This record gives sequence, C-alpha cells and structure tokens, in this order.
Amino acid sequence: MAAILRDLLRHNLEFRIGAVLVGAVLLLSVLASFSPYPPQDVYVVPPDLPPSTTYWFGTTSRGQDVFWQLSFALRNTLLFGCTVALISRLLALAIGLLAGYSGGWIDRALMSVNDTFIVIPLLPLLVLFYFVMRDRMSWLMLALIMACLGWAYDARLIRSVAMSLKSREFTETSLFSGMTTREILMQEHLPYVLPIVFSTTMNNMVWSIGLEVTLAVLGFTDINTPTIGGMIYWANQHTAMVAGVWWWIAFPTIAVIMTFIGLFLLAVSMNDYIDPRSRLRSVGGAS
Amino acid sequence: MSGYLGYAIRRLAQFALVVFIGVNLAYVITHATPIDPVEQSISVVTSYGNTAPAAIEEMRKSLRELYGLSGSRVEQYWVFWKRILRADFGPSLSAFPTPVSTLVVRALPWTVGLLSVSTLIAWGLGTLLGGLAGYDRTNRGLKLMGVVAMGLHPIPYYILALLLLIVFGFLWPVLPISGGSAMNLPQTLSVDFVTSVLQHAILPALSLILIGVGSWFLGMRALVSNVVTEDYVVYAELAGVERWRILSSYVMRNALVPQVTGLAISLGGIFNGAVITEKVFGYPGLGSLLVDAVYAGDYGLVLGVTTVSILGVSIAVLAIDLLYPLLDPRVKVR
Repeated sequence: MAAILRDLLRHNLEFRIGAVLVGAVLLLSVLASFSPYPPQDVYVVPPDLPPSTTYWFGTTSRGQDVFWQLSFALRNTLLFGCTVALISRLLALAIGLLAGYSGGWIDRALMSVNDTFIVIPLLPLLVLFYFVMRDRMSWLMLALIMACLGWAYDARLIRSVAMSLKSREFTETSLFSGMTTREILMQEHLPYVLPIVFSTTMNNMVWSIGLEVTLAVLGFTDINTPTIGGMIYWANQHTAMVAGVWWWIAFPTIAVIMTFIGLFLLAVSMNDYIDPRSRLRSVGGAS
Repeated sequence: MSGYLGYAIRRLAQFALVVFIGVNLAYVITHATPIDPVEQSISVVTSYGNTAPAAIEEMRKSLRELYGLSGSRVEQYWVFWKRILRADFGPSLSAFPTPVSTLVVRALPWTVGLLSVSTLIAWGLGTLLGGLAGYDRTNRGLKLMGVVAMGLHPIPYYILALLLLIVFGFLWPVLPISGGSAMNLPQTLSVDFVTSVLQHAILPALSLILIGVGSWFLGMRALVSNVVTEDYVVYAELAGVERWRILSSYVMRNALVPQVTGLAISLGGIFNGAVITEKVFGYPGLGSLLVDAVYAGDYGLVLGVTTVSILGVSIAVLAIDLLYPLLDPRVKVR
C-alpha cells in the first residue's frame, strides 16, 4: 500500500494535486474539533465583519465565524459523502459480484433493475422524499436513501470484472475444492475488485456531495446541521451577495470546488494506476 | 430485421420496467412514510386564519379523496396507477383551481427545449473536441482543453450556475439572469419574442453545457486514444488514407458507440442538473415548478412533476436506445 502511494506521488501529477486539495480540506474539517464555538450557536461574534486577522474568513450576518462554521460544514459534508459511499459500495459489491458470478437469469434480472436505477432521475424523487418528511428529515436518513439509490452505476462496473474473473482458472479450482459461492466471492474475487471499488468511492462521494449541496441550497435538508450547502442556503436567505457579504458565499464555494476537483483527480489517477497500459506510460515505459 | 425487432422489444420491456419501478418508488415514498400529506395541506390552508372544525373535517375528507388516500392499501395503489395512466393529478393547491396537468404541460416545453439543445451542444462539442484531442496528442490547445475539462467536470451544477449568476448578474451585467423571456412580450411567434427567449436561455444553457462538455470530452479522448492504437488504424495510416478520413470514419465512428450509450445513461443526471439550473435562473420549466411546489406545500404538483420527469427521461432514453442500431450494426446480430 505504501509503495503504491509512493509510486503515485512520484509519477502522477493528478494524484499529487488531488492529494494536496483533499488533504487541505481534510485538515480544515479536522480542525472542527478545536472550534471555540458550538456549531449551532448564532451571534457569538460581531456580524458582517470582512476577513481580518481575528476572523480569517470574516463573519456571517448571523454572527458566526465563517472559518469555524466552514470547518464544521466540511466535516459534516465529508462524513455524509463517506456514509453514502460506504453503504452504496456494500450494495454495489454484493449485487455486482453476485450478478457477474451467477450469470443466467439472476444476472439478467439484477441488471434490469440496475439499469433502471441508472436511468431514473433521482433529484425529483429526493425532493418528493423531503416533501413528505419535512422536519423529520435528518442527514442520516438522507444518506441512507441516497445510498439505496446510488449503487447502480458501480454495480455494473463490478459485474463486468466479476464476469471476467469467473472464466479464470482459479475460480474453477476453488469450485472443485468445494468452496461455496459466498466463499468464492468473498475470498477469491473480492481482492481483485477492491482497487476499482476505491476509485469508484471517490466518484460516488463527488456525486452524493453534489446532490446534498443541491438539496441543502434549496433548503430541502436538515438546514440546522451545518453543511456546505446549508451555509450557502443561509447566505442566500440573508441575501449575502446583495448585502456585500461576499465572503459568506465565496469561502464555502471555494472549499466545495476544492473538494470536488481533489476527489475527482484522485479517482482519475487511481483509474490510471489500475489500467496497466496507462501506468506503463506514466513511468516512461513503452505503451 | 427480426434481430432489430427482438432488440426493440427488449428495450421496450426495459422502458416499462423503468416506469414501473419509478412510479412504485414514488408510491412508496408518499405512502410508506409516517407523515400525512393531507394533514400538511390542511396546516398550510389553516395557517392563514381560523377555520371552523366542521369545515376542516370536510376538507380532510375531500383531500383524502383527492389524493387517493381513502380506502385500503390495495385500493390506494390501484387509484395511484389509474391517475398516473390518465395523467390526472387533481387540481393544484398553490394555483387553485388550475389542474396540475395544465401547469406541467405549460412548463414542459421550456425544460425540453433547454435540456435538448444544451445536451446536444455539450455532447456534440465534447465528442468532437475529445476525438480530436485523443487523435492528436501533441496539440497544445487541446491539451489545455483537457485540463479545463478536468477542472470543470466535477463541479456540481448549482455551484457553476451560482458562479455564472455572480459574474453576469453582479460583476458584468450584460445578460438577463432570470426568467424565460422578457415579461412585457406576448408569447407569440414574433421575432422579438424568439430573440428574447434565446437571450434568456444563454446563461442556463451555458451552465449545463460547461459542465456537460467536460465529461464527454474526457470520455471521448480516452476512447479515441484506445482506438488509435488498433491495428486497422495503423494499417490505414500505412496505406496512405487521408488523415481526415481516418479520423472521421475509422476512429470517430468506432469510438462514438460507447458515447451514445453514455448519453442514454447520463440523461437522468443531466435532468437533475436542469432542475437546479432552472431554479437558479428562474427559468419557467419543470425544475422551478417542482421547487416552488415544495415551498407552497402542493402535494399533487410535486407528485405530478416527479412522475412526468421519470416518464420523460425514460422516453428520451428509449428513443436513444431505438436509434442506437443505426450507429452500431452489430446490435442486429446479437
């Protein structure tokens, strides 16, 4: 693992940029534990102050320090992305491996459902969900429902790998040595699929955080828990741009763009690394 | 031809499944949650003043009837499907007594127009430039495009729309930032009206295109750079076929097939983006309708827009799927 990271850092510019961006965002989110103010309190500092040495990113019209608010928001947003990614990875792995390994009608049935989830526009459904739940909507519930809707694309990817693994010799060997389907999938096939799972994790986080920001900006989530989208929502509610409190919108926007580009670059470089052709090219070998 | 017929039947079955699962999801979300939309609507209505308890009871009864929430679960499910098949979602509460279907039909052309034009531009431009970039790896300008595409592609629609709004609304106000056309023009097919519609569409379309172009560019570049190393391309080059012909009919044509599949797959996501873009720019399409319906607590309208968008996206995907064999003749053989 350490050797892989070293290789990536040395030969892959995208990975380096991505690592720096994600690292910076992570650092800021970890700082939330040292915040002098609780995240939900308002009017703890003088409102509407521009960035200065005391308040690095300025203060909001609600009397909150943008820096600390942002660090809470990043922590919650990243946590949300990780939760969705983790749960949907489990679903994608289970369905992808099973479909690819079993083939036949199980494969066909699972993939029909899978394609359906790829095609259906999710935002209206999520908005409908918020409409019905209203104030009982918590971020955990949103994470759960998004995980249940967001596994399909990666399940298809995992299935295609599992199909090629099925025709490999070691699968037959383990079958003849009496392993059950579950054992073959868990012990033999899973290790081959894991690198792809890692790279799809980043993409899935980009997707889920993007949707969360969108919903939160419209006020369709639990707006009292600070998230990046929630911050922009409150800034819009106080018409921050018109009032000239630009720092209230600018810093969350910069942070979220950093997160997205960072995660995306990590995913891209991971994909390059998994593909042996591009890995050869990147270390200067013949392609 | 029988090969195509089998293919078309399979695609139709998939289409039916998408609609079936989508509508069921909408049903489960609205019926399996502990919150009663009827009570919500009543609280919206009664929040404006005092209403007699007997009147509220009457209202509750008629709303239950209206939302299809009376009777047993099986009956409710049956009524739900019947209404969707008849496209009857009852009157809208926020624009009473206009039927939901009228509102949806009024908003639909805006969304379809904006979405189809911007998607086609983004897809065409991204595919063309990506193909060139994959074929000619030394071109500086195309390399720079790649970097820009990588930076733009992961940004969510909302953030980019917001940035455009700030740039063209506050810093350099040259374009209209809100609405679908100028308020004072009658909606007839006059030159003024059409120019106004086009002008108003520039910013929303730009935000959709800027994000869309990146992913098509990156996808096509990767595909083409794989095709370029194939033996038949090398052979064509050695045989002295013109470079332009190699690019257009040897390389692009083969790489185009997965791009079309990609278009069908990502249509749902593009629609999500359009919903949010419309809201940001106050474009009078389905997205604005949906968001405003939620703010107004209009259950029928939210459900109507959700169902219509699921239907619309799956019809578009079906259309792409049915045209697909024109591009990839191998489908007929399979």
